Amino acid sequence: MSENARQLETLVARGYQHGFVTEIDADTVAPGLNEDVVRLISRKKQEPAFLTEWRLKALRHWLTMREPHWAHVKFAPIDYQSISYYSAPKSRKDGPKSLDEVDPKLLETYEKLGVPLHERARLAGVAVDAVFDSVSVATTFKERLAAAGVVFCPFSEAVRTHPQLIEQYLGSVVPYTDNFFATLNSAVFSDGSFVYVPKGVRCPMELSTYFRINAMNTGQFERTLIIADAGSYVSYLEGCSAPQRDENQLHAAVVELIALDDAYIKYSTVQNWYPGDANGRGGIYNFVTKRGECRGRRAHISWTQVETGSAITWKYPSCVLRGEGSIGEFYSVATVNHHQQADTGTKMIHIGRDTRSTIISKGISAGRGQNTYRGLVKMLPSAHAARNFTQCDSLLMGGECGAHTFPYVEVKNPSATVEHEASTSKISEDQLFYCLARGISEEDAVNMIVSGFCKSVFRELPMEFAVEAQALLAVSLEGAVG
Amino acid sequence: MTASRTPLLAIDNLHVTVEGKQILDGLTLQLGAGAVHAIMGPNGSGKSTLAHVLAGRPGYEITAGTVSYEGRDLLALAPEERAREGVFLGFQYPVEIPGVNNVYLLKAAVNAVRKQRGLPEVDAFEFLGLVREKMKRMHIEDSFLSRGVNEGFSGGEKKRNEVLQMLVLEPRLAILDETDSGLDIDALKVVAAGVNSLRSPERACLLITHYQRLLEYVVPDIVHVLVRGRIARSGDRTLALELERRGYDWVAGEAA
Repeated sequence: MSENARQLETLVARGYQHGFVTEIDADTVAPGLNEDVVRLISRKKQEPAFLTEWRLKALRHWLTMREPHWAHVKFAPIDYQSISYYSAPKSRKDGPKSLDEVDPKLLETYEKLGVPLHERARLAGVAVDAVFDSVSVATTFKERLAAAGVVFCPFSEAVRTHPQLIEQYLGSVVPYTDNFFATLNSAVFSDGSFVYVPKGVRCPMELSTYFRINAMNTGQFERTLIIADAGSYVSYLEGCSAPQRDENQLHAAVVELIALDDAYIKYSTVQNWYPGDANGRGGIYNFVTKRGECRGRRAHISWTQVETGSAITWKYPSCVLRGEGSIGEFYSVATVNHHQQADTGTKMIHIGRDTRSTIISKGISAGRGQNTYRGLVKMLPSAHAARNFTQCDSLLMGGECGAHTFPYVEVKNPSATVEHEASTSKISEDQLFYCLARGISEEDAVNMIVSGFCKSVFRELPMEFAVEAQALLAVSLEGAVG
Repeated sequence: MTASRTPLLAIDNLHVTVEGKQILDGLTLQLGAGAVHAIMGPNGSGKSTLAHVLAGRPGYEITAGTVSYEGRDLLALAPEERAREGVFLGFQYPVEIPGVNNVYLLKAAVNAVRKQRGLPEVDAFEFLGLVREKMKRMHIEDSFLSRGVNEGFSGGEKKRNEVLQMLVLEPRLAILDETDSGLDIDALKVVAAGVNSLRSPERACLLITHYQRLLEYVVPDIVHVLVRGRIARSGDRTLALELERRGYDWVAGEAA
């Protein structure tokens, strides 16, 4: 290793910036999972019978399942009976009616996180649904959205206000039997966001949810459901963070997207859960199921994710391309540093004719991080003239990390086209020295080179989030190069 | 000839090894402000090593000798500090940095220098105007602005980009490592004009070149011939012409 590389390795990591804990009274259910707990959650949320039943079916199914370990990640078996499945900040029984009623400490937390509530949000044109542990605390801009006919509210509220939509669409993309973690989520999900964009409506602003895990020994199981009716458009962003704790915390979320004829859903994620310390202690297990279905003709679903946090990331935002001429996209930047592990990618299931999909995956591995791209492109017999383009690039920093690629391709229609490009590279000393010789510091040089590598993904993010993502990337890779 | 006060760059008895192999073997050279010196020499004589050592590239072991720049120990400075103090290396093989905008890199470089001097960051609009003007001088197309650093550039474009960076950064000491190689005659003239435009009593330039062709357009004060890691002969511009006629063996034979 050159002197240059050694110097880089000794650069001290700035560490996780969002690791504070908010002292707040919480209403937390004792650890453990059984039918009583599920009924309790359902009752606390005043859910209709169909939903309680659905949860119980999921729980019963889950009890027959085994924790999956096929992904290229290592973790000790999780004791699901030691987790508390519900934690809500204690507040007025009916919940806050406006921001004025929200506990100032909560708002302070969001200030620290940089979530644009209050006026800042309006100026930024972002409507935020903030989920703190398990309950939505504030949803801004409801009125402006309501004027456009857009429903954007906490999931638990939608259950009361739009039960027919919930009953029709919940589990229609990710059924409760789907996989171990999605099934667990189906039984115990606490809250999340719900979006319905009516026919022909272009949602007047970016919608955003900010998730945060605060309480100890809790899991976060949010459930997001977005329905874009025919000819509508919505852009949605989720951000995540969690306090710094020594124990691992489970985050098993489910996101379902449904796009009808000519609808377009753009879903962006900037994931910055606590990754654990430099020695691999603590951190979030981010085991998430995200799937969208292009149910209508020419429907369009685009996933963009920037994954910088979590001890383990296990997620495959996918598209089921059922409608004729529908489009699925997946743009991903996943970084691992220290002892982080990521096994992430996508599934593009081509069912309809003339369906198209694009996959751009950028994996960055540093420290002892292990980064896996796992992707499936499936062309069913009905997918005439369907096309896929996949590009998977890996960037390695230092000699102790790993990059792995598992592309699966199944083509059952001879008229379908599948293209796959892959590359693995290192930040070269030549590139680094070139920047140094222009007076640019090592840290800035590394950030510049990495951002360049990720450019084709970052440009898919809404402007203000692209800036945030770039900053996050810089923090998570600090002191990482060799 | 060189100014009588402290030279801008003074290299004294410099010994450098790479992986145990002696590359520079007691090189001594003084470069005064306002001077342009050419360094010529056969392949493997240590020309590029000299350029890299002056710029601070890792991987070279300095076993003896000193280098002072503006009266300070240059070798004690990190590469980025040298650049901020006004040392510029024009690379022989400029590297591609995909996805990083040319202008972005250039602006970061200018701001790094300005920060060192206690100046505020450059105004983005003014900066663009300045870069455009210098681009015109270097016959560089507008599309260059939005392309990645050297990404997909031809050899000639890369070299012109190096000189463009030099023009924007206005270094005190420019070291150009075979900036002329691989250029056709028109490009060579453009590059030479760029280098000449920076000549001033405050600045100095070290031109490392294989051929005397460049020296027809950028006329050096002194030509040094480097053989086996030390300067075997120095002279005026006519030395380059004589070298061209008689070949390096002539000097090498004398030096042995």
